[in-house]
Amino acid sequence: MKPFTQYIHTLFESVAPALPEYHNPYIKALRQSGLKRFSTLELPHNRLETWRHCAIDQCVQSSYTIQQTAKPYRPVEDYFHCKINRINSEMFTFLNGWYVNRNAPLTIFANGMIAGTIFSALQQFPDLVQPYLAQKKEESDGLLALNQAFFNDGIFIYVPDNLNIKNPIQMVSLVEGNENLMINNRNLIVVGQNSKLSIIHCDDSLSFTQSLLNNVTEIHLAENATLNYHKMENKDPDSLLINNVLVQQKRGSSFISHAITFNAGYVRNQIEVDLTEPLATARLYGLYLADKKQYVDNQVKVNHLAPDCTSTQLYKGIVDDEAQTNFNGHVVVHPQAQHTMAYQSNRNIALTDEVKITTKPFLEIYADDVKCSHGSTVGQLDDDALFYMRTRGLCERSAKMLLMYAFATEAVNHVEIAVLRESLTIMIQRRLSGDLTMCNQCSTPCSGNNRPPSFDIDLSKI
Amino acid sequence: MLKIEDLHVSIKGKQILKGINLQISRGEVHAIMGPNGSGKSTLASVIAGRDIFDVTQGKITYKEKNLLALSVEDRAREGVFIGFQYPVEIPGVNISNFMKTALDEIRQYKGLEPLTGSQFLKLMEEKKKVVELTAKLSNRSVNEGFSGGEKKRNEIFQMAMLEPELAVLDETDSGLDIDALRIVASGVNQLKTKENAIIVITHYQRLLDYIVPDVVHVLFDGKIVKSGDKTLAVELEKKGYDWIKTEYESGKLN
Repeated sequence: MKPFTQYIHTLFESVAPALPEYHNPYIKALRQSGLKRFSTLELPHNRLETWRHCAIDQCVQSSYTIQQTAKPYRPVEDYFHCKINRINSEMFTFLNGWYVNRNAPLTIFANGMIAGTIFSALQQFPDLVQPYLAQKKEESDGLLALNQAFFNDGIFIYVPDNLNIKNPIQMVSLVEGNENLMINNRNLIVVGQNSKLSIIHCDDSLSFTQSLLNNVTEIHLAENATLNYHKMENKDPDSLLINNVLVQQKRGSSFISHAITFNAGYVRNQIEVDLTEPLATARLYGLYLADKKQYVDNQVKVNHLAPDCTSTQLYKGIVDDEAQTNFNGHVVVHPQAQHTMAYQSNRNIALTDEVKITTKPFLEIYADDVKCSHGSTVGQLDDDALFYMRTRGLCERSAKMLLMYAFATEAVNHVEIAVLRESLTIMIQRRLSGDLTMCNQCSTPCSGNNRPPSFDIDLSKI
Repeated sequence: MLKIEDLHVSIKGKQILKGINLQISRGEVHAIMGPNGSGKSTLASVIAGRDIFDVTQGKITYKEKNLLALSVEDRAREGVFIGFQYPVEIPGVNISNFMKTALDEIRQYKGLEPLTGSQFLKLMEEKKKVVELTAKLSNRSVNEGFSGGEKKRNEIFQMAMLEPELAVLDETDSGLDIDALRIVASGVNQLKTKENAIIVITHYQRLLDYIVPDVVHVLFDGKIVKSGDKTLAVELEKKGYDWIKTEYESGKLN
């Protein structure tokens, strides 16, 4: 047993009794099974195929603190400022892994929609939670198991059948403090038949902290359900964030996801979609803007398990300085999944010679009547286009900015909510001009932070 | 307004222009003709500021300034416009955004306030008419998926927007059908004033039926070997370039 695994065992013994619902036999069994599986699987190391490029066992701290309860409530506006303008969303804020509004852990909307903390949902509506929670049977690394052993909180969203929810639900996950926190949130989203929902899921830092966020989001879409899932990350350079998204789709359902990384320490977005019944569609978009020594990894896996399903992947990245990015797009077309259509594209711009970009399209096709394509590129900004633009009077900086902006916005053009799309394009613009940092989402002036927040893509040297 | 003196240009050690002399005043239209490989496009590229070419000798004076010392963008801001033979496709960059950014920067250079959104849109509407540009085209990415004719029309539209003092149109007629040629040429004619000058680079006299030049130059082997009025273009069209070659080689031309 590796030292970290040993450490996790000790940690579990000391903190588990304080974790929510410890004595609930159902939860207890989940936690025990998680711990047991983690002991076997351990932390992913770079001999595992999908962890070859930057395994997390090199990055974790030797000890972590688990915050066992929520901090006393403070109004969110006092410490966090959301950069998405004019969006009419139902906001659920989590601070250091805990839902902040403990007085109202669960909101039941007039239309029957339920949203709030997962443990409250488990107490009040076990029938809506248990059939969906921790249903993933296969796992290739120990992170899912680690989450299952320690999960403390998370958002639960349930949309009954035949509802079109107009206002998006926004989950904001904030981390602050000086401790090395380990946070395991477990989110569960269930969308009923013919219903439609949009979620904006943001991960932000309020201070520099060597925290480990190991989050799991399970999504279940019933027949003809639609979910627009927007995952946004604006993290500090010391942070470790693992985002495990597991999606189960029934007949005719649509899942549209956008994974957008504005700033990262170490971010790994892992998304696995099971198209379990015919005519389901998954459209997965991603954008990463990485500089300095940031690391962004996108692991996408789509399992075509039924005929007549469609999946699309479009991931784009602009990588500067010594940043590293990795994309692994894996599509498995099972023998019964005839008439599958699966498209995949990953395009990258390298702004310096020091960046490291790896990209791997990976199709496994076991059916014979399918249409699949894939493509990966790593390149520079087009010199001919830059020259052409300069002959019209644009300075080099503006020309580069326009090209990068055009390149990046293609990845958010499919965002359905117009105000969100506009906000995102503005945020992209600000990020590219060096004006979007993790610090300007914070409402309190920095204290005890001697590191200047400098995240700009430096245009002078490209 | 533009004075080119003894211009020698090479690329990767290969000499292309071997002593060009050319002088253009405001209000004039000059045509530069010549066979393939004579250096016409190189001349346009050097005026634009393409850095793959080395100017080994000679100078270009534009509005009393040393043009070769200006950056690519400053040449544009000083009123030089190049209509390219092969305009670049720029996926994702919307023509309106592109032109707004260009105009803003040119106006800033000249110490003028940027146009407001509505002033800009009004200007766009007005200039689109010059080349009968449809709304469909102007909402698209710069040149992306455009036909040859649409690209050239877009070049002249940009010229209309930027109102240059010196426009160099490099084979703007190539790849155009008869209707497109008429539209593009009529666009150029509408933009011609007493204050600006236009250099038209072309292979064919046909374009010059529409855009009537004051002077026609023949570029051959990196030099201007013959200049004349518009009848020279007609003569070239009839006789081809062989007689130029013969006369040049026999030393009649220099």
